[in-house]
Amino acid sequence: MSVTTVLSDDTEPKAVPARRSALLGGGARLALGLLLPLILALGWEAAVAAGLASGRLLPPPSRVGAALWTLAASGELWIHVEATLIRVGLGFAFGAGAGILAGALTATLPTLRWLVDPSLQALRAVPSLAWVPLFILWFGILETPKVALIAVGVFFPVYIGVAGAIASVDRKLVEVGRIFRLSKVALARRILLPAVLPATLTALRTGLGLGFLFVVAAELMGASEGLGYLLLDGQQFSKPDQILAAIISFAVVGKAADAGLVALTSPLVRWQDTARETL
Amino acid sequence: MLSIQSLSKTYADGTRALEGIDLQMPNAEIVALIGGSGCGKTTLLRLIAGLDRPSAGDIALDGEPITGPHPGVGLVFQEPRLLPWLSVAENVGFGIDHLPRRERRERVTHALERVGLAEQTGRWPRELSGGQQQRVSIARAFVANPRVLLLDEPFSALDAFTRKDLHRHLLALWEEVRPTVLIVTHDVAEAVALADRAIVMRPRPGRLDDTVALPMRRPRDPAAPTSEAATRNILAALDHSLRPRDASRAPELAGGSSF
Repeated sequence: MSVTTVLSDDTEPKAVPARRSALLGGGARLALGLLLPLILALGWEAAVAAGLASGRLLPPPSRVGAALWTLAASGELWIHVEATLIRVGLGFAFGAGAGILAGALTATLPTLRWLVDPSLQALRAVPSLAWVPLFILWFGILETPKVALIAVGVFFPVYIGVAGAIASVDRKLVEVGRIFRLSKVALARRILLPAVLPATLTALRTGLGLGFLFVVAAELMGASEGLGYLLLDGQQFSKPDQILAAIISFAVVGKAADAGLVALTSPLVRWQDTARETL
Repeated sequence: MLSIQSLSKTYADGTRALEGIDLQMPNAEIVALIGGSGCGKTTLLRLIAGLDRPSAGDIALDGEPITGPHPGVGLVFQEPRLLPWLSVAENVGFGIDHLPRRERRERVTHALERVGLAEQTGRWPRELSGGQQQRVSIARAFVANPRVLLLDEPFSALDAFTRKDLHRHLLALWEEVRPTVLIVTHDVAEAVALADRAIVMRPRPGRLDDTVALPMRRPRDPAAPTSEAATRNILAALDHSLRPRDASRAPELAGGSSF
């Protein structure tokens, strides 16, 4: 038969990504983003060098860099980074796991939702830091209360994100599954799971960010190592360069963890028609 | 044979969407359902597809009652409804997951060739145009070899050129599988191009009104006198369906009755 592939204006694919220009644009964007902090840092350095400012409370970048270098060279920095990463990792794993489970269950079982969701929403309204005294009473002052606090902080955004994603799955796509008579399990695996994946990953990113927020709080409440301890130590012995070194380490570690999460999960959602990488 | 007997559907809010529908469709017949919006065309299709349950009446395919989605009944929605996380080929093969891999691949390849998308198998749905996406969804329905294929205004969002092209692809696939086809449309030309019979529906509550036989040979020329006559007949039937059933006021409306 000859009635197969004659077409008028329809065969051109819609989207041809202009990859090279995007890459160039990305490089220029990165440089532009670095411009402001670089100017500020150089300006402050020059101001302190010229004697316009003492730099006692806000040390110039060279002294912060030196403090960072000393900490790194002595190996002390890595001990603190490791301690912080282990706490965030454990808290994130527990909190995100519980959040995904609770979100999936309440979104799919209405009775359970009516039973549990109001209480969870009420608990969510409690500032997570309010749990600190109780956690210390319950778990002592070692690692457990810290991991518990981080887990609580991570739990809520993940719970809300996953439950919302499942509740907003397009009924039209579910009907496609029904037309082909998918079983409940197959429907969950072949339609619900892929459909909620993007929103779930966004929720996990939010959760990871909050994990880093709460690890500071956890380490400020008493720790002998960790980047938060470095902050507190810098305050008590009035070493602002150490505080800034710890802050910079937080920025680098947090950004790296987020980038790692995105890199690990983006192959799962490369089908998406969005500008996720620009977020 | 698809047989529908005194089928009614009343929604929970009391809306009578369909009432007393009787329809017999012999195998391989193509029927076009025409009517304005709100006369229950889509409701009827969803009942036959088993997505919704009727309030009264029966639907049977070759004597077997339809009480839910049925392996012999395929549905092409108004929108393509492709799964965005599957490639074109995976979308086409979505409903035949139970078949062995080789047969699945053969059927998918063949169906994609039939709709002219053999080159696009590895693409994401978002990379296709609207017409291409709708062709993928038609291929998805056909690979399951349905005995009844339901189409819900599948081409209404497309331009006239693409639509004509898709009519050809649809008829080519129909020649091969020869399912019974029920296509909902509000395009008279589409009914004349495709169907053996056009049934006009009447709203509030949705009922079947007139039937216009379209016995022309395929492929059809829309400009042929027989096609033009058929178009006039369907338009007259549509016009009639818009008038109140107790046509005591008909004389004063006759003549310039449509708008």
